Amino acid sequence: MTLGGAFSDSDLEAIWLTVELAALVTALLLIIGSPIAWWLARTPSRWKRPLAAIVALPLVLPPTVLGFYLLVAMGPHGPIGELTQSIGLGLLPFTFAGLVVASVVYSLPFMIQPLQNAFEAIGERPLEVASTLRAGPLDRFFSIAVPLARRGFIAGAILTFAHTVGEFGVVLMIGGNIPGETRVASVLIYDHVEAFQYAQAHWLSGLLVVFAFAVLVSVGTLTAAGNTARR
Amino acid sequence: MSDGIVARFSIDYPGFSLGVDLRLPGSGVTALFGPSGSGKTTCLRAIAGLERPRGGGYLSVNSEVWQDDAKRLFVPTHRRPLGYVFQEPSLFPHLSVRGNLEYGLKRAAGAGEGDGLERTAEILGIAALLDRGPEKLSGGERQRVAIARALLTRPRLLLLDEPLASLDLRRRHEILPYLERLHDELEIPSIYVSHMPDEVARLADHLVLLDKGSVIASGPLQETLARLDLPAAFTDDAGVFIEARIAGHDQADELTRLDFAGGTIYVPRRRPPTSAGRVRCRIEARDVSLTLQKQAGTSILNLIPAVVVDMAPTEHAAQVLVRLDAGGTPLLARITQRSWKTLGLEPGSRVWAQVKTVVLIG
Repeated sequence: MTLGGAFSDSDLEAIWLTVELAALVTALLLIIGSPIAWWLARTPSRWKRPLAAIVALPLVLPPTVLGFYLLVAMGPHGPIGELTQSIGLGLLPFTFAGLVVASVVYSLPFMIQPLQNAFEAIGERPLEVASTLRAGPLDRFFSIAVPLARRGFIAGAILTFAHTVGEFGVVLMIGGNIPGETRVASVLIYDHVEAFQYAQAHWLSGLLVVFAFAVLVSVGTLTAAGNTARR
Repeated sequence: MSDGIVARFSIDYPGFSLGVDLRLPGSGVTALFGPSGSGKTTCLRAIAGLERPRGGGYLSVNSEVWQDDAKRLFVPTHRRPLGYVFQEPSLFPHLSVRGNLEYGLKRAAGAGEGDGLERTAEILGIAALLDRGPEKLSGGERQRVAIARALLTRPRLLLLDEPLASLDLRRRHEILPYLERLHDELEIPSIYVSHMPDEVARLADHLVLLDKGSVIASGPLQETLARLDLPAAFTDDAGVFIEARIAGHDQADELTRLDFAGGTIYVPRRRPPTSAGRVRCRIEARDVSLTLQKQAGTSILNLIPAVVVDMAPTEHAAQVLVRLDAGGTPLLARITQRSWKTLGLEPGSRVWAQVKTVVLIG
């Protein structure tokens, strides 16, 4: 049995959709997460702790709770739904776009926490030095903070990608199970099991186990390398 | 023409407050000197705009205003044409030595092009290191790169925060000559924070003494050091610096003769012999004793005629600090109160200062 033969067309479609979703969410979170992590790492504001807690909520909330609120918010009478309807995008639930929005919210802490730690580890000094060398705030962020926090960026990206691949509950609540649109690998495994297609379920599950293992090894190596470098 | 540096501000922290009102010369080196915790670094950071003083602050450097709270003006650090050398070299680890030097060079308006970098690297003895990473440099080399990096932005004010403090004695001696050379070549004013009297003596023209967050004294180096009204932290190792000229060497006795405004002194000859014309020497108050007549039959070589200017008690009840004038050069002597009375000294008395030790500094 070849590897190609192990996966049916609908399996391959689901795998591709999963990769697409995870890549898009990672890219969006790099853009959205960096300023939030930067602010959290440096602000003396008393709003820091409450905001950090909100960012971390997806870590502890059941995905169904998060999915439920997002479904309501994106629905025809929710604030996001009214916005998307008014600008002509229609409604997001049960679309790929809706899945992207939900995944961005759900994976937020996996991007922000490694980034925030990396930004905090830089300390004040390199940025002060840069400002005495005529670098303005935005310049300092891109020329000093980003390169010095690159391990945080890589770790955040890997964790976000992996976490989005492994998402199930929120997907089911928001996206349902539409082939080629919202049916990602984790949902398809559920379908296979429901239909007693254990062989199919084995292949897909095995793939995800190998993927998750590779992710954890690479993040671990990265962290260890960072510690050695610091020493 | 410049009108110097005017700095007036106060900063409050829990348990510490700093208040200064300074007028500093617009050229040469000003040393901010004081014990640790006296507010030297905070003062420097406020001048750089890294600390935001509370209202009422004013700062101008050679008629360029950097802060005027009355007009709600606060120029952020990156718009102030200054160079800052931190206590630790603080090179950017992700850039090579050249990358570090170019960082400020590229961003500073009106900074020189490529040859400026090569020349500055040459002066600071780092030309061979340009392509290395900062982690491959010694502490002394790193600090020289940090100094070059600051200079390449063509600052109009150079701020140095104990640039030698993180280095051991040998590295310190490796950098001091470069700093002295900068002192001679730079036309811009610099402010140098230090708690090392020797560094101050070698580099400074103007001295500001800070203690517990306030300015105790500010003035030309020699005058300020010879003041008697300073707190114990400064008088404990009170001493003066004299500017002298090398007048000759005595081969047979291995001595060097120095002439200064108040007379002649001898110091042990240096190997290799110091050839430069002008030198600075430090004479500590505890190494100076007084006699009414010139002593014959004494082992002490350096006998300097002087006039008593005034006297102040010290933190030790038995001792007093006497300020002398030797042909225009101030000297300090630490003697006992009993000797002061026995010799019948008073302002205007003519005495001979016997100097046991003279330290040739640079």
